[in-house]
Amino acid sequence: MTSMKRRTFLKGSLATGAIGIAVGAGLITPRMVLAAWPKAAFDSKSVDGAIDSLFGKSTLTGSDKIKIKAPDIAENGAVVPISIETDIDGVESISLIAENNATPLTSSFVLGKGTLAYIATRIKMGKTGNVIAVVKAGNKLYSASKEVKVTIGGCGG
Amino acid sequence: MSSIKMRATLGENGVTTVKVLISHPMDTGLVKDKNTGKFIPAHFIQEVVCEHNGTRLLTAEWGTAISKNPYLSFRFKGGKAGDAIKLNWVDNLGNSDSGEVAIQ
Repeated sequence: MTSMKRRTFLKGSLATGAIGIAVGAGLITPRMVLAAWPKAAFDSKSVDGAIDSLFGKSTLTGSDKIKIKAPDIAENGAVVPISIETDIDGVESISLIAENNATPLTSSFVLGKGTLAYIATRIKMGKTGNVIAVVKAGNKLYSASKEVKVTIGGCGG
Repeated sequence: MSSIKMRATLGENGVTTVKVLISHPMDTGLVKDKNTGKFIPAHFIQEVVCEHNGTRLLTAEWGTAISKNPYLSFRFKGGKAGDAIKLNWVDNLGNSDSGEVAIQ
């Protein structure tokens, strides 16, 4: 057990070392290196907990201006294509939640100024449930959801 | 061999569409290795940053629920043909990679 830990530690310090060198050589700017990954939000086991941890509140306003494109039935829960698009003004971020996953928050996207409120990606879903999109705009949280039926779960074995 | 495959296409409406594929196992830490019976440790990309002319277009924070070999697509205004789009990812073990592509 101790040797296992030591191994992980060595691996970790080696990897950090490599990043340090890359930063020193100006290959990547420091601000491009992991800034503030919201660990508590990703570790949260409830939808409300994840949203609260991410935004400091969990009051959502339902919106029909958010369009979620997702399959009605996903045969393989390991790869569920999702896209989210909205015409709400001043969108700052889009977060994607799979309601019935062990840890519901899948991802959060912070948009730059010229970036349109559109995101497409592929997520894993453990079982059938709603996919919830949370859109942050002007200090308000808007949301929409869509149910995806999962035939084979994709989070564990 | 870069882990990043990226394409940026400028449409007639002035909107650039960026599509990205990254090679990464995205292990959740919940799957058992069939041979050893032990859990495969979590290994997943946590942050992806995309820039255009030094301006940040997108910061993606990811958990373990993004599929293996992640796909990402987004759109932005203000890009010109030939402009460089840069992308950098960092995973939970401290590995990272970066890539660059010109807008077509």
